[in-house]
Amino acid sequence: MLYSDQVLDHFSNPRNVGEIEDADGIGEVGNAKCGDIMKMYIKVSNGIIEDVKFKTFGCGAAVATSSMATEIIKGKPIDDALKLTNKAVVDALGGLPAVKLHCSVLAEQAIKSALSDYYTRQGIDPIPIVGEIGECEHCH
Amino acid sequence: MEKKFIYADNAATTAVSKAVLEEMIPYFTEEYGNASSIYALGRSAKKALETARERIAKTIGAEASEIYFTSCGSESDNWAIRSVCERLAKKGKKHIITSAFEHHAVLHTCQALEKQGFEVTYLPVYDNGIVKAEDVKNAIREDTAIVTIMYANNEIGTIQPVDEIAEICREKGVIFHTDAVQAVGHVEIDVHKQKIDMLSISGHKIHAQKGVGALYVRKGIPLTNLIYGGAQERNRRGGTENIPAIMGLAKAMEIANTDILKRAEKTARQRDRLINEILKISHTRLNGDPVKRLPGTVNISIEGIEGESLLLMLDLNGVCASSGSACTSGSLDPSHVLLALGLKHEVAHGSLRLSISDETTDEDIDHIVKVVPEVVERLRNMSPLWEKIIKEDNSK
Repeated sequence: MLYSDQVLDHFSNPRNVGEIEDADGIGEVGNAKCGDIMKMYIKVSNGIIEDVKFKTFGCGAAVATSSMATEIIKGKPIDDALKLTNKAVVDALGGLPAVKLHCSVLAEQAIKSALSDYYTRQGIDPIPIVGEIGECEHCH
Repeated sequence: MEKKFIYADNAATTAVSKAVLEEMIPYFTEEYGNASSIYALGRSAKKALETARERIAKTIGAEASEIYFTSCGSESDNWAIRSVCERLAKKGKKHIITSAFEHHAVLHTCQALEKQGFEVTYLPVYDNGIVKAEDVKNAIREDTAIVTIMYANNEIGTIQPVDEIAEICREKGVIFHTDAVQAVGHVEIDVHKQKIDMLSISGHKIHAQKGVGALYVRKGIPLTNLIYGGAQERNRRGGTENIPAIMGLAKAMEIANTDILKRAEKTARQRDRLINEILKISHTRLNGDPVKRLPGTVNISIEGIEGESLLLMLDLNGVCASSGSACTSGSLDPSHVLLALGLKHEVAHGSLRLSISDETTDEDIDHIVKVVPEVVERLRNMSPLWEKIIKEDNSK
């Protein structure tokens, strides 16, 4: 597996690993059978993602995409986070091997899932804002 | 501190040993003749080739005329199975018996033959990773062309009851092939005594170079043509022989079979230390029978983590190993070997294979048993799956 230096860097020194105890939104995607689970915690204040943490069970690319995705959205307005695409994560990592692209999709979905949970907790229907979070094509 | 580098993936490939390399070198620049040429340079190449055949035959109790050179273990497997099946299909024999956890060189060959109308019985390997000879006996039919069961499994290292299976096949008059790529040079083999009809050998697993292998075929079993062209390999496999590689293979076979029991004992001691120490980590299991296994191969499932990240992190800590996780295979499913043992997908994803060799030192083992628990802890700390496992445990 040919990983870029950025992927290896984010794998060996992942940013934002952990949990947020009083998180405003928690999202989890993937499943153990397929070998990838990502769990994201966000803390929101005044429409800004103040803090974000993740825990990931998965391959090197899964860890690196989780780490990079959290880096991209940390400190940014929710609107920016909603626009985050898997491609942006892949580009920021200097590319991913083709068989690993699904990991970046999972990272995008993990963030959307945390945002959905945030809106639900606010009593707001998340679907018009975040959209449906599809199942990972790789897994199903 | 000097950066550690410990190679613990000898079941994948090995370094060419100095003695093997020295054996090969003259055949590149001095004795470079074509073994088919008539002049002295060619004749001496031919002589070297035939001597190598004899030397290799001797290490496994065969005759020189029963050894065919190939380019790899996979080629040997393909050639053996297809050759027998092609010939016996004409006599109405279109049934193959194999096991569920063969190397893909065997499994994919069987699957290709299924598409050509063969019926294949895939025998179970049970939770200890060992085929039952009794199952082979029960599976043999009037139309069985070949039984092909590996000598030792490449991922978990379990040794199969080859003697018993060979005995049954001989009694029933069915050809028995064994993929012995992982076993050669690690366990004593005597093909005639053991009644083995065909056996595949690979060079690069025993400190010869990549790109050379051999197939033993018992006298009296005809082989079909693999490569049309020259008269090499008794007209069955055309193409100028790779003499340096073949000389290296001969040397490697001799070295690997010298003091084999003594060396295996030393390696097995190191292997058992790896097993005992790594199993101290909670939620781990040894895959395959603890005793009936190759001296150098260990396979352990570690719950809550995924194999590829385990390998990457071990690499950062100077240890080269391998795994049966889906992510390392490039496919969606984890290793067919681990699934054949009945492991759940999520457990199979977290498997670790360590395969050591003669060159492994006790200090290497010290380092591995220190690093593995550290890396596992680090990965488990960031794993939501591990979090769930612990929660379930606490609620019990």
